[in-house]
This record gives sequence, C-alpha cells and structure tokens, in this order.
Amino acid sequence: MTSEVLATCLLAGRIMIEGGSEMYRVDDTMTRIARNAGAHRAMVFTTPTGLFIAMDAEPLAQLEPVRRRGIDMEKVAGVNQLSRAFAAGQLSLTQLRLALVKLDANTPFFPVWLQVVAAALCSTTLMVLFAQAYDWADMPLAAVVGGIGFYAYLRLGHLTNVRFISELVGALVVGLCAWIGVRLGLGTNLDNVIIGAVMPLVPGVAITNSIRDMLAGHLLSGMARGMEAILSACAIGVGIAMIFRFF
Amino acid sequence: MPYWLELLVQISFSYLSTVAFAIIINVPRRALNLAGWAGATGWLVYWLLMELHTGRMLANLLGALAIGVCGMLFARRKKMPVIIFNIPGLVPLVPGATAYQAVRALVLGRIDAALGLTLRVAMVAGAIAVGFMLAQLLAETTYRMRATTTDPK
Repeated sequence: MTSEVLATCLLAGRIMIEGGSEMYRVDDTMTRIARNAGAHRAMVFTTPTGLFIAMDAEPLAQLEPVRRRGIDMEKVAGVNQLSRAFAAGQLSLTQLRLALVKLDANTPFFPVWLQVVAAALCSTTLMVLFAQAYDWADMPLAAVVGGIGFYAYLRLGHLTNVRFISELVGALVVGLCAWIGVRLGLGTNLDNVIIGAVMPLVPGVAITNSIRDMLAGHLLSGMARGMEAILSACAIGVGIAMIFRFF
Repeated sequence: MPYWLELLVQISFSYLSTVAFAIIINVPRRALNLAGWAGATGWLVYWLLMELHTGRMLANLLGALAIGVCGMLFARRKKMPVIIFNIPGLVPLVPGATAYQAVRALVLGRIDAALGLTLRVAMVAGAIAVGFMLAQLLAETTYRMRATTTDPK
C-alpha cells in the first residue's frame, strides 16, 4: 500500500516537472497526495532531474529520474485537477494512479498548424511592441519568418532528443529567412524582424523562473534550470550569430 | 498617431501575442482568454510607466506584480495553477530584445556593449522575479486572512 502511495506521488511529480511546473508546486502536490492517502509525514526532495520521496519512520524511499523537461501547461493543470479531485474524495488512490498514467501517455496538444500560426502571430505582434516605432512594414515578413523558424524547431524536436540542437537550427533558419526576406525587399529592418521572429524560441521565461526558484529557496533547482536556460540562450545566440558572421 | 489609438494598439497586440504564446506552450483552452488579459494588463502597466519615464527596473517590477496579481485572481476563479496565467502573461515583458542586442554586440566584437547589455538582461530578469515574489507574498497573506476570517474554528 505504501509503495503505491509513493509511486503515485512520484508519477505526479514527474509529470509536473515535464510540464514545466515550479518546484514548490511539485513539492506541495506530492506532499498533499501523500497526506490525503493517509501518510502523516512524507519527505519529498525534488530536483529538475530526479525526485525522491520517503515516509517518516518507514525504511522505504523511492526515486524517479526525470529525463526530459519541456513546457506543457495542460499537464500541470491536469495533475492539479486530479490532485484536487483526490483530496475531495472523488477518486480512490488506484483511480488517481490510472488517471495519471493516462495523462502522461496522451495529453491533448494543439494541432501543429495552429501552433505555427500562433508562432507567426506571436512574432509579428511582439515585433511591433518591442521595436517601439510602430514598424508596420515588417509585420508580414516577421510573421512568415517566425512561423517557418518555429516549424523547423518543432520538426527537429521530433528527430533529436537534444533540445539545444533544434533551438540552434531554429534560430539559424530565422536568421537566414529574415536576411533573404530583407534582401528581396519584403522587409526593411533586419534587426526588428529577427527580434520578433526569434521570440517563440527565447527562454526568457525559464530565466525568470529559475531566479524565482532560487529566491524561494530552491537553490539546486534554480541553478539547474538557470543553466538550462543559459544553454538555450547560447544555442539561439550562436544560430543568429552565424548570420551576422557570414553575411 | 493619436494617443487613444496608440493605447489600443498596445493593448490588443499584447493580448494577441500572449494568447499566441499560450497556444505554443499548450495552455488549456478554457484559460486562453484570461491568460491573454493577464499579459495585456502587465504590458499596459509597463508601457504606461515607461511613457512616464519612471525607469526600466520599476516598470518591469510593477508590470510583473500586475501579472502576478491578475494570475492569482484568475487562478482562484478558474481553480487552476497560477503559472498557467503567469508564464504566457510574462512574454511581452521578457527581455528578449535586449538579449538579442547583447548577442549581436558580442558577435560583432563590441565586448563593452555586450557586457552592459547582458547585465541589463540579468537585472531586468531579477526585477521581474522580485515583482512575482511580491505578488506571491500578497497572495499568501490574503489567503491566510481569508482562511482565518471564514473559518469559524
């Protein structure tokens, strides 16, 4: 019975980290599930690459490695909802575990075309906001380049497990397309187009989250996530840098 | 451009960009609209403060605080985690443009400019994080107050 509690907590924690949740929420959800399952004091230790959980006064501890970390809010919301239902007594422990397994295997995702359109929209609107100059003329080019770059990033994400490679190539594609577009006379300001089009790839949120984790006392998680964000930023930077070196 | 039109463009574009980014990171459908409003509110606070020349750090801090407060209210209303509203809402404030300029300066060999810009990225990220911390503090205190006033125990 105890091992089922531990396994359920670990599964919930892993799904949340894979969805990009903050660490204190992962801690909180795992402790809550354990408490609602009847364990008085569960000890949880979370890092972005692995989770540990143990019961007080029991010679049992379990761990679970976290191999990939993405960003998928549907998963975080799903675990949250299941945990609430469990706390309210609407689900038994076994039902909760089965529901978590199902959530892990098939979370609904928006279709690819919609994501690409969203990336295009995001690029073009953010370009206008960031340029501070109401640069209407470059809007179509920024949208097209942003969409193409994000599509390249998505495609490569299926081919390789190393996220930094797909980010580098995505940024390279953005730079190349923007440069070609400006050369063909479709846009005027190369800097603005690139700034907008690269935004769907930028890990700015990860940087802010890592600082927040550190301020909240999760030093280890903050450092690990910060490192991940810096590596992503470097990969994107190198991708863009190639364009400036060669052209 | 007249002032009201400028305001309209800023609000609608920040709303659209936030919703679009929310679709990219797979925010549940029923939270998309409110996430967009969180982003628009945060950007509006930032933009107005920048127009008033209060300085970049304060504008970022208060913008993040506004997003955090919106996220807290929406999260309670929809019974969903706060980050579903916070992370997309933050996208307009994220120092992406400055980071890009820093990389470009580095590549072109202008090391001094690159260092200055990198430091600015770090400070803006710190300001945003502090804004979120303040919002969280506010959320925790109001939550405790409500819990003590409604609980008869």
